[in-house]
Amino acid sequence: MNQTTIQSPARTTNAVEIHELQKHYVLKSETVRALRGVSFDVPQGDYVAIMGPSGSGKSTLLNLLGCLDQPTSGSFMLGDDNVALMTDNERSEIRSRRIGFVFQSYNLIQQLTVVENIGVPLYYQGRNDRESVKRCIDLAKLVGLGERLDHRPNQLSGGQQQRVAIARSLVNDPYFILADEATGNLDSVTTEEILRMFQRLNEEGRTIIMVTHEDEVSVHAKRIIRLKDGLIQSDIRSENRVVYDLSKPVERRVED
Amino acid sequence: MIWFRTWKLGIKSLLLHPMRSVLTVLGIFIGVASVIALLAIGEGISRKAQEQIENLGAQNIMVRSIKPPDDGSGNFGEIKPYGLTRVEKDLMERTISTIDSTVSIREMPMRFTYSGNANIKPMDGRLVGCSPAYREVVGLKIDRGHFFTDVENDSATPVCVIAAQLAGRLFPSEDPIHKLVFLPEENVYYRIIGVLKHKDATAAIGGSLSAQDFSMDVYIPIKTMQGQFGDTRQKRTGGSFTAEIFELSQVTVRVRNVADVPKTARLIETTLRRSDPKREDIAMVVPYELLEQAKVTKLMFMIFMGMIAAISLIVGGIGIMNIMLATVTERTREIGIRRALGAKQRDIIHQFLVETIVLSVVGGVTGILVGLFCPIAVNGLRAGLETFFPAMYAAMPDQIKDMTPEIVPSSVPLAFGISVIVGVVFGLYPAIRAAKMDPIEALRHE
Repeated sequence: MNQTTIQSPARTTNAVEIHELQKHYVLKSETVRALRGVSFDVPQGDYVAIMGPSGSGKSTLLNLLGCLDQPTSGSFMLGDDNVALMTDNERSEIRSRRIGFVFQSYNLIQQLTVVENIGVPLYYQGRNDRESVKRCIDLAKLVGLGERLDHRPNQLSGGQQQRVAIARSLVNDPYFILADEATGNLDSVTTEEILRMFQRLNEEGRTIIMVTHEDEVSVHAKRIIRLKDGLIQSDIRSENRVVYDLSKPVERRVED
Repeated sequence: MIWFRTWKLGIKSLLLHPMRSVLTVLGIFIGVASVIALLAIGEGISRKAQEQIENLGAQNIMVRSIKPPDDGSGNFGEIKPYGLTRVEKDLMERTISTIDSTVSIREMPMRFTYSGNANIKPMDGRLVGCSPAYREVVGLKIDRGHFFTDVENDSATPVCVIAAQLAGRLFPSEDPIHKLVFLPEENVYYRIIGVLKHKDATAAIGGSLSAQDFSMDVYIPIKTMQGQFGDTRQKRTGGSFTAEIFELSQVTVRVRNVADVPKTARLIETTLRRSDPKREDIAMVVPYELLEQAKVTKLMFMIFMGMIAAISLIVGGIGIMNIMLATVTERTREIGIRRALGAKQRDIIHQFLVETIVLSVVGGVTGILVGLFCPIAVNGLRAGLETFFPAMYAAMPDQIKDMTPEIVPSSVPLAFGISVIVGVVFGLYPAIRAAKMDPIEALRHE
């Protein structure tokens, strides 16, 4: 394992600080208040699951955390930057530099190879040197795709694609990995494989925020935030967290 | 490096749909090829016309005698003299100060043969009586021997200078110098003292449609002609008999200064039409004015061709825009992913613009290459027409038969520039539309 590529920077502050975050949508004459004042901090190295039924404001919060959207009010601090005040360009910039997305449907670019897909955030930072390519290859090896560097997404299984996505989320050394139902499209064995990977990354110091509606997934997180009707219903440290024994491998039958 | 990768990516995306890309390129390709080819053909046609006019000499003004139509008013058998007279010529020369010199000729259709060779059939040609100065005014070039001199003119010597083509026909295997040309209709001989170099035909003058051809000319001193034929010309065809009286066929006026040509032309006109403003037996040709006119015609032609080409380029551009809009919709998801991973709006604009520019530049470059082959294609087309539709080919005007497309050098960068501009202009809207998409919506797009 290449320590340099995944080593998290030593931060002592919170990765995310959210204060009284509100998001309203105006639909015709009606205003939908999707988030009605949400506050929480995510310290460095935390492993948070955000849960809630549909319509609870889960997706809205995810979009705000991913800097894809602007809150109506409240503050959202990423390090020293208040994302709430940023322009579209600045948010693009911060997405490419400090956020690692992992989506339910992998969201890889079909015409790019594994290595190129991993490098997309670097590309939008304007980095395309030999060093970046090496970093992408190292990350591909880290997620176990060292043999498939030049494959295209359609030549990979779902689990492999999601591993490419995880490698991509790590490439810019993000404040946190934002996983949106990352295991929703995967079978149970592959799900375990991905969750093991998250656990390992978290143990190495990575902050992980995952949005999910599955209890089997959220039990692996250290902390569970439940949303309801645009407000935080509960924010608790998980008492009966399920931790994988990473020294034992997963059943290898999906490792095709 | 980043640029290089963007371009590589753009080309890669286009190659995902090769057929679609090729058809899109075709629109621009046809537009650009037609710009180059149409401009080349336009240039070729007008160059030919301009050359013919220039051969007449921009400093010259030609006044020709025209046989008036027989209105039947005269008595039977009466022969009316027509055309320019020697008196008029002297009058012009004396009274119009801008005239440098005048040269008069008298020409007649004639048959020529060479009695020294029994195989030679009489040839139809033109007998031209002129003064030695005519050679310089018209730009006749001597190949062998010499043009007749003032002495030979004044003494009405029966000598002649013949055109290259006629010399070749009459004397296929002999040196024509000092041989005798025989005019069977008039029963006279002229001794050949010079052979001319080939001269290209000039623009039509004196109201006739065909270009003026010099290839079958025989030049003799005008005084020789006057002495032998007088001012009448009789012709017997079968039982009937015609006669006409004219003194000069054409007076070529050389003006001292090109700028004075239009003014001088007006003066000549008033001088000659003083007694009869409606005089119909003369016609004036002013090459300078024809040249000006040809330039205007050329400009109009070029504008017309340019408009056709512009329309085809716009059509090509709309094709690009259409396909790019479809591509943008099709790749909404990809745009969402790229935005989520940090692409700025301008990165997205850049990405799609690169694709349209690649399309239009490929169309532009191939269009230019094919456009440059236009002269060869035109020759091929002409050869094909000549072989398969000889009647149609024969009916075509000479200017089209002889036309060689001339690639206008500036049309190449022009066409290239236009193709790039078309790519940018028609690619900008789809690209902006792609960039303005909400990343959240785009990510959710199936």
